[in-house]
Amino acid sequence: MADLSVKVCGVDFKNPIIPASGVFGYGREYEELFPLDKLGGIATKGTTLHLRTGNLAPRIAETPAGMLNSVGLQNPGIDHFIDTELPYLLTKDLVVLANIAGSTPDECAEVAAKLESTDVHMIELNISCPNVKQGGAAFGTSCDMAAEVTRKVRAATTKPLVVKLSPNVTSIADIAKLVEAAGADAVSLINTLLGMRIDINTGRPILRNNVGGMSGPAVFPIAVRMVWQVANAVNIPVIGMGGVSSGRDAIELMMAGASAVQVGAAIFTDPYAPVRILEEMNEWLDSKEIASVRDIIGTVKPW
Amino acid sequence: MKYTQGQYIITEKMAIAREIYSFTISCTEVAAVAAAGQFVHIRANGFTLRRPISICGIDKEKGTLRIVFEIRGEGTAEIAKLNKGDLVDMLAPLGRGFTVDDSFKKVVLVGGGIGTPPMLPLAKIYGERAVAISGFRNSAAAILQDDFKSTGAETILCTDDGSAGIHGFVTQPLTDLAKAGGIDMVYACGPMPMLKGIAAICKENGIRCEISLEERMACGIGACLGCACRTQRNDEEYFAHVCKDGPVFNAEEVLW
Repeated sequence: MADLSVKVCGVDFKNPIIPASGVFGYGREYEELFPLDKLGGIATKGTTLHLRTGNLAPRIAETPAGMLNSVGLQNPGIDHFIDTELPYLLTKDLVVLANIAGSTPDECAEVAAKLESTDVHMIELNISCPNVKQGGAAFGTSCDMAAEVTRKVRAATTKPLVVKLSPNVTSIADIAKLVEAAGADAVSLINTLLGMRIDINTGRPILRNNVGGMSGPAVFPIAVRMVWQVANAVNIPVIGMGGVSSGRDAIELMMAGASAVQVGAAIFTDPYAPVRILEEMNEWLDSKEIASVRDIIGTVKPW
Repeated sequence: MKYTQGQYIITEKMAIAREIYSFTISCTEVAAVAAAGQFVHIRANGFTLRRPISICGIDKEKGTLRIVFEIRGEGTAEIAKLNKGDLVDMLAPLGRGFTVDDSFKKVVLVGGGIGTPPMLPLAKIYGERAVAISGFRNSAAAILQDDFKSTGAETILCTDDGSAGIHGFVTQPLTDLAKAGGIDMVYACGPMPMLKGIAAICKENGIRCEISLEERMACGIGACLGCACRTQRNDEEYFAHVCKDGPVFNAEEVLW
């Protein structure tokens, strides 16, 4: 049994696997299938200052080796999260990353400030949701806005701050450097890639929102490339995600430079994916006689 | 709520109409807790998303479930390739099923097209107290009529082109039954325009009505919030989720 524990900006994870924000709600639904304690952490559903109803349906479409979603940050608001969901998650043996979002930098900061008095372990600031008209990717695709929203949230919280980056940019490494300079303790990437499908029989987009975020195995090579580029550009830890569906994928993303790995769409295919991925990682490490998963982080040997 | 994910053996496969298949699946622990109106979430080999399919039969003694589904696209086509003896990967049973009340003296079950299968478990429960109205495009697309008859339910068949049964929509016989009175509940599943029409008839006649909805779905258990449905609760608009809050909804809750 290899040592699977990792540390991300001072926070200890017993293993590097974290269900990504949005696929896993607040964890309750999956507890029917496995104890949450098996996970290294949980990135909770993106939460805003007030309740958001989200986008009209359809919000989901299958794509080759992946899917599109346009949920639109439906969530019950930060107060509900703090009163109802967070206390329950904090009884579990795992790191809780509260994923937060907002329409303006000040709103993001206000949400972060509300979490300051809680025992949440980390804040993951979502500046990359492609499915909302204000905030979201509008922050994450503009250098100035990415820096400003990070600065404002940094000023509002002493919690470890992870900024979740959008892949829908020309240079994700440049954005990463800016949010690092603005006070981020870590970055997580990649959020979904903006995509679209059309029903050719009706001429209508499948998603009611017309466009949505693409995820799943199809995006995995892009995630590997971006994690590698960002890990080489910044001095803060990188949490990798994007199409991870096996232990080998998780190992690959860590070799590219990720200190921990989030799992998203794979959970829809196999609800046990996070647990299975951990087992597969352990088997691989044992087969290579690698004592600790930490020993593979960033070890890719580029040509 | 109690669901599991596993691989289960298909013990019977039948093609019951063009591109419509019936699977009987041996899954004792799922059958033991499954209820009318719930669904199973089936993995399609090579696809990211599972496909939600309503439960058409529950045999707790034999430990089997029956599902009947139509090939709608590549995912369901892949599932249809499975054969007797193959394993099917299911997350099940999911969702909130129909309200069943032993005191009901007369219920009407309305199924349209591939919305017909989830009505069959209700027919089994209510037997002679049920009238099963089924609507199809034509006689070739008509399914499950013998199954409904064998439950003791009265059956009324409608086809759009008049090639079998009543020439017309299911709303015609439903209107007649509603006017005659004595109906405790109408249960329905089918295309949205049909459900909307049924909800209106029930509202007009003061009859309780539950409908089963479908939506493009990802997790199937209420975590991802993909399968949104506009509903109204306590005078407030609320995006409910077909997988967890449904698939069965009180017709008056749904904002069409």
